[in-house]
Amino acid sequence: MKPTDVDDPRYYHKVVDCQWACPAHTNVPAYIRLIAQGRYTESYLLNRQSNVFPGVLGRTCDRPCEPACRRGRVDEKPVAICRLKRVASDLRDDIRPFLPTAPEEKNGKRVALVGAGPASLTVANDLLPLGYSVTIFEKNTEPGGLMRINIPSFRLPASVLDEECGYIIDMGAEMRYGTPVTSLKALLDEGFDAVFVGSGAPKGKELDIPGRHDDPAHVHIGIEWLANVHFRHVEKIEPRVVIIGVGNTAMDCCRTAKRLGATDVKVVARRGRKHFKASPWELEDAVEEQVEIVENRSPRRMIVEGGRLTGMEFDVLEWSEDASGRQSSRVVRTEIVPCDAVILAIGQENNFPWIERDIGVEFDAHGMPVVDRVTHRSTHPRVFFGGDAAWGPQNIIWAVAHGHQAAISIDLACQGRPVTDRPPEGMTLVSVKNGLHSWAYDNDFDPSARQVMRHEELTRRFQALNVEVELGFSPEQVATEVSRCLNCDIQTHFTPKRCIECDACIDVCPTNCLTITTNHSPEAELRQRLSAPAVNLSQEIYLSEPLPQTTRVMVKDEDVCLHCGLCAERCPTAAWDMRLFDLLKPVAGAACGQPELVNA
Amino acid sequence: MTSIVKPPVRHPSLRTNALGLTLRDYEGVMSTLCAGCGHDSVTAALVQAAWELELEPHRAAKMSGIGCSSKTTAYFMKQSHGFNSVHGRMPSVTTGAAAANRGLTYIGISGDGDSLSIGLGQMCHAIRRNVDMLYVIENNGVYGLTKGQFSASADVGSTSKRGEANEQAPIDPVLLALSIGATFVARSFSGDKKQLVPILKAGLSHKGLALVDVISPCVTFNDHDGSTKSYKYTRDHEVEAVEADYVPVHLEITLPERAAPSDGGGELHVVPMHDGSAVRLRATAAGYDPTDRASAYAHVRACQARGEVATGLLFIDPASRDMHDQLRTTAAPLVDLPFESLCPGAAALDALMKRHR
Ligand SMILES: Cc1cc2nc3c(=O)[nH]c(=O)nc-3n(C[C@H](O)[C@H](O)[C@H](O)COP(=O)(O)OP(=O)(O)OC[C@H]3O[C@@H](n4cnc5c(N)ncnc54)[C@H](O)[C@@H]3O)c2cc1C
Ligand SMILES: Cc1ncc(C[n+]2csc(CCOP(=O)(O)OP(=O)(O)O)c2C)c(N)n1
Ligand code: SF4
Ligand code: SF4
Ligand code: SF4
Ligand SMILES: [Mg+2]
Repeated sequence: MKPTDVDDPRYYHKVVDCQWACPAHTNVPAYIRLIAQGRYTESYLLNRQSNVFPGVLGRTCDRPCEPACRRGRVDEKPVAICRLKRVASDLRDDIRPFLPTAPEEKNGKRVALVGAGPASLTVANDLLPLGYSVTIFEKNTEPGGLMRINIPSFRLPASVLDEECGYIIDMGAEMRYGTPVTSLKALLDEGFDAVFVGSGAPKGKELDIPGRHDDPAHVHIGIEWLANVHFRHVEKIEPRVVIIGVGNTAMDCCRTAKRLGATDVKVVARRGRKHFKASPWELEDAVEEQVEIVENRSPRRMIVEGGRLTGMEFDVLEWSEDASGRQSSRVVRTEIVPCDAVILAIGQENNFPWIERDIGVEFDAHGMPVVDRVTHRSTHPRVFFGGDAAWGPQNIIWAVAHGHQAAISIDLACQGRPVTDRPPEGMTLVSVKNGLHSWAYDNDFDPSARQVMRHEELTRRFQALNVEVELGFSPEQVATEVSRCLNCDIQTHFTPKRCIECDACIDVCPTNCLTITTNHSPEAELRQRLSAPAVNLSQEIYLSEPLPQTTRVMVKDEDVCLHCGLCAERCPTAAWDMRLFDLLKPVAGAACGQPELVNA
Repeated sequence: MTSIVKPPVRHPSLRTNALGLTLRDYEGVMSTLCAGCGHDSVTAALVQAAWELELEPHRAAKMSGIGCSSKTTAYFMKQSHGFNSVHGRMPSVTTGAAAANRGLTYIGISGDGDSLSIGLGQMCHAIRRNVDMLYVIENNGVYGLTKGQFSASADVGSTSKRGEANEQAPIDPVLLALSIGATFVARSFSGDKKQLVPILKAGLSHKGLALVDVISPCVTFNDHDGSTKSYKYTRDHEVEAVEADYVPVHLEITLPERAAPSDGGGELHVVPMHDGSAVRLRATAAGYDPTDRASAYAHVRACQARGEVATGLLFIDPASRDMHDQLRTTAAPLVDLPFESLCPGAAALDALMKRHR
């Protein structure tokens, strides 16, 4: 195996599991430390640099960081990264003085953004401070996209969304509300230097079964129904409601139905629990609100009697798995579930009736635009896509990540540079050694369990649609939860030429991460002969240059390193050091990410 | 000294032994020795050996004197008994403890100062008595605890940190032990756990005193260029004279795992241990028989003359008889004897005295 190149920012970045997993690469451990120090405003601003909507995401993020979190491999549950984000947001001071501002003098380039969802708003956020004139076309009368009209206000208060959209819009975006774009050609003809399509995936999927259209007033499409609830076109629903599908939309539909008068709400899924698309916490919240989750039922028909929906018939399925892991089902019987209304929540689709097919924007066989995965550019040089509009429905944090990347491309394109000419990632790496036995971070391991979110009482919850269910962490919970973070960005940095092979680090490491051994076999075999076999292949192993005394090598399995610093503390020669890693992420317009090593 | 508390978290794949204990259950408190001290590696090797041997921690007693080395009994097997005695007195305290309770496993940890200066006589007599114990000398050539004065194991010409050379001839505990009847003599290196752990296991299984001299560099006072007990010097001059494998009780003793050295090294000796386990020994030089005292002595001497540090399980006496065998003492620990037989009273004493008049 070749020695590891730790000068490449990707190596240490990957060690910070949460930051690596976050599509926008939010610097999680650093913002958690700021919360621990009571520096909420700074924590909020650090979040905002990457994820733009800390208040929104602190409540609604899909949190890909949490399953990735190292703490989950060491302990039972990951750090409550997402809910700590909300803490920073809830406790921050006025951050307006610290926000970037747009220069008075514009750079003469005009950019049109279609839709005012998180993807477009992120593009605006990145381009406005550079002097771009940004115009946002939005068919609704308010900004936020699905965050506004689909995510219910009991999960995301409107005030939080207003504030965070406001920070961007108030930099000087020209908002054209109530203005659906009906022709991309016309928009391009207006002379915009670039157009960003952030129009989302606005179409709910249909279910074509017998009876579907026999009582249309009582069969709803999930995302449309939620939007209608938001606009107060719908203010109540019948007592017995069946929701088809078990994704995020289904979870919001069932809980909203409960708040609009439904008493008997069933969410019906085709498959078993382990295949559900909804996140485990969403399912828990729904069950807490007495929603019934029914598994292994496939819709057969809607029963409409005398023009009125009275129930649905399902095939009851039994699933089996063949040797190759392929699932197949068998109908064991059918079953009728009486109900008064049905909500279809089986997915969303893209829909671009307003994009002409002859203007250079190519579409594939599935009706999706052909978009470059890195640059977000379509086959038209001035047209960029991001968010749900690019590759189908995802989530807010992905929309934000797309927005940042698209902004880089738009900036490059407007400056006449190739969009592939992307600024590299960089890093700083600074020792956190203060002195003998003194480190600039809290490295004591806190064995506390993950804190459980406090919820509003059930009775109070249903009094109004906008009663926020999650109450946030108490100060004590915050104090405990922040100390569960292992500080994975404080890296174990090794200087081979200093090592005298005394074994002190190997002996002291609580989780058997380190080994000094010969480097004579391929990685797969090497992984087997370490202090503890390195079986988690998704985690890297570090391999040093040959050591001076014996030419053996130092090997570190990153998998369950606690970043406790004991190796560095026990090393007599400071061959191991703890160093704070900071990823320098490329952003539009900044010459950032020059690989730069401080204190190397 | 380390300010960080060692987290209780362990590697998820850490195995348990037959007692249901993981390696980490054999740890003690956090070491207060200098970072990089060889003694900490010896501690780690002891933890490994005890875990592998499935030693019941509450059936072991850790004995020591004074010195950095002697402090290490606190750093392993926190559940075990222990006695941290006066400087150099570990051997006699252990002799007493072993006489009173032969049911425990005695682990004596000493230093070259503790055993070869103030405690030299103590050590010699414990060896002569063949007290059933593991006797580890963590040998760094200096008095570490008192800031690095030469000890009696310092080689002629080895320099102190400030540059003065030692002029007095060293005492080699291995040669000394061989000359006064030791039944198990080994030398190893703190930086070579592959060799050290099987030797410690064999020593713990040996019936009688198992002397293990471990070169254990003092990173603070004796790891410089002029030292002959540094990590580098030991690595450059170590010659494994006898390769040892420890074969636990439940494994069948079959053919050797290691091939015979190509230069026609010695033949394979399988030495059965008292507890049913076995040690397989193979000398790396032809004509060296690790079960023959004279041959072992000659070989270690020859290595010394060449400036080599002979390591390995250098000598073992398969017919070892320990102190209890020699004294024909009672099989039961004294605590288990009823008071009447332990203290039979004045009449019994009189009768005994009469026999000697
Ligand atoms: C019920 C539901 C719950 C969800 N919950 C979560 C959650 O908890 N967490 C999470 O991370 N994600 C959630 N999502 C997904 C998330 O909302 C989306 O992935 C995200 O909003 C996509 O952002 P976007 O900017 O691409 O598009 P959108 O948010 O869809 O915004 C697109 C905007 O474009 C406007 N628009 C569309 N066409 C035109 C046009 N022709 N002209 C002008 N304007 C137009 C729309 O009105 C809309 O405002 C949820 C989705 C649904 C449906
Ligand atoms: C009776 C007595 N004499 C002297 C001392 C001082 N003293 C403490 S430790 C030590 C030598 C320790 O050397 P060694 O046994 O080699 O241990 P190391 O610290 O090198 O591991 C001495 C002389 C003492 N504690 N007690
Ligand atoms: S322990 Fe902290 S830094 Fe490490 S992955 Fe989890 S949240 Fe991130
Ligand atoms: S920081 Fe060092 S000692 Fe601590 S777990 Fe990681 S490798 Fe082991
Ligand atoms: S503690 Fe330091 S000198 Fe000793 S083996 Fe580890 S890295 Fe090398
Ligand atoms: Mg000493």
